[in-house]
Amino acid sequence: MLIKRPEYLGGVKPSDILSESVYENRRTFLKAAVAAGLIGTVLSTEAAESAQADLKYTKNKAFGADLKPNRYEEVTSYNNYYEFGTDKSDPAQNSGKFKPQPWKIKVSGEAEVTGDFSYEDIVKPHALEERIYRMRCVEAWSMVIPWVGFPLGDLLKRFKPTSKAKYVAFTTVNRPSEMPGLRYPVLEWPYVEGLRIDEAMNPLAIMAVGVFGKTLPNQNGAPIRLVTPWKYGFKGIKSIVEIRFTEKQPTTSWNRSAAREYGFYANVNPEVDHPRWSQAREQVIGNGLFAARQPTLMFNGYADQVASLYAGMDLRKNY
Amino acid sequence: MTRQQQIDRIYKPILFVFCLVPFLLTAAGAFGIAGQSLGVNPVEDILHSFGLWALRFLGLTLLVTPLRDVAGKPWLLSFRRMIGLYAFFYTLMHFMVWFALDREFNLAGVVEDVLKRPFITIGFAAFLMLIPLAVTSTNGMMRRLGRRWKKLHRLVYPIAILGVWHFYWLVKADVREPLMYAGIFALLLGWRVWKARQRRARAATA
Repeated sequence: MLIKRPEYLGGVKPSDILSESVYENRRTFLKAAVAAGLIGTVLSTEAAESAQADLKYTKNKAFGADLKPNRYEEVTSYNNYYEFGTDKSDPAQNSGKFKPQPWKIKVSGEAEVTGDFSYEDIVKPHALEERIYRMRCVEAWSMVIPWVGFPLGDLLKRFKPTSKAKYVAFTTVNRPSEMPGLRYPVLEWPYVEGLRIDEAMNPLAIMAVGVFGKTLPNQNGAPIRLVTPWKYGFKGIKSIVEIRFTEKQPTTSWNRSAAREYGFYANVNPEVDHPRWSQAREQVIGNGLFAARQPTLMFNGYADQVASLYAGMDLRKNY
Repeated sequence: MTRQQQIDRIYKPILFVFCLVPFLLTAAGAFGIAGQSLGVNPVEDILHSFGLWALRFLGLTLLVTPLRDVAGKPWLLSFRRMIGLYAFFYTLMHFMVWFALDREFNLAGVVEDVLKRPFITIGFAAFLMLIPLAVTSTNGMMRRLGRRWKKLHRLVYPIAILGVWHFYWLVKADVREPLMYAGIFALLLGWRVWKARQRRARAATA
């Protein structure tokens, strides 16, 4: 079956639309203008939105057609991306200097095809699709996000993982000059996340390159990030520069930081509480101050697609 | 007007309004009044804001006595009760927001949290310990309790420690801010230890 392959970014790269210096200057100007109070919040978010390039993609109605996404402003101003700071507003405020292009990803470990790949090498062979996914943070709040990306499994298969590839590990870029949060050892940098290979091959796992139909803003993990909607948000590693196939379970960042609180699997599970708070209910972002919390669903509502991955496992132990 | 009259009629009302500002701004944000708004996660916003103000007012309360001694201005003590009561007020608001908006009046959930989650246990303990201090803050109570009043109100020291500890345990990984509060509180409490030692040394030589 031949599906018409959408041209990458409609054949236009972000750098073609705006030269880097113009892009940079515009950001700096906007930031200064906002700081000076010349432009209100509404205008500045619109400007930020339009700074992202349009993507060419199809809407995959099989995923979340019934969900109502959060507002762009919510998705792009309330982020956990500690490399830019630990406050939710820090990533949007401190990521202006970050350069998501050009980009390279190193593929290594237990696979036949390894080496350095450009962003285009990685993304171009795949048809981009929009999927609307729930995102449940381990901090007990949630959003609905329209991602643009492609199945992770399709990408990983291209590297022909060997029979020894039991896990796949991902690493976030480590650029202290562009990422002010890296100055503080809040976590051990760079950020590392990982999946069991069968989890990675599950059709629900995607590599996202965009959100709301446009390229990812820096605070959301530009230019390419992982999205695993049945797991807590911290598994969705951002700005990936390395993909490593391993035989042993990789040591992941939050697990290393506090193993009792953050397991390797980190599957959304209302029955297994975080040691310091309940995971039974979640604060739905966008519902306002007086809205009731909603019950959290097993595997964040994706049990039909992923529960079989964990058949026979004690999820209280493997949290 | 005497100095005391100035304090009672002018400075205290001014301080009262000033201390209420964080509450008013938050309330305005909650109801979208006066161009104020809360963040993307408003419940968390209000909860953390009131919690932080509770700690700040607790710190300010503890600052009054050292400031009086260092600056040699005994009248500063006239403001301590109000600042202390504001520490209680913001703690109460912090608790109420948690109880009403976060736990949604679910008493069983509250009891479970208090028993099961150490950071809530100690925060709740600090809140409970503040109640007798607020109740006995009136002149009448001070007179009635006499010397025991001072003893009772030393509870503020463990309350301060529990409060910062509660903050420290709540944070996911970035403990810089709670450590900053811990440092300030350590200075304020350390100053008292140092003073008490000096007093004892003086008493011993006398």
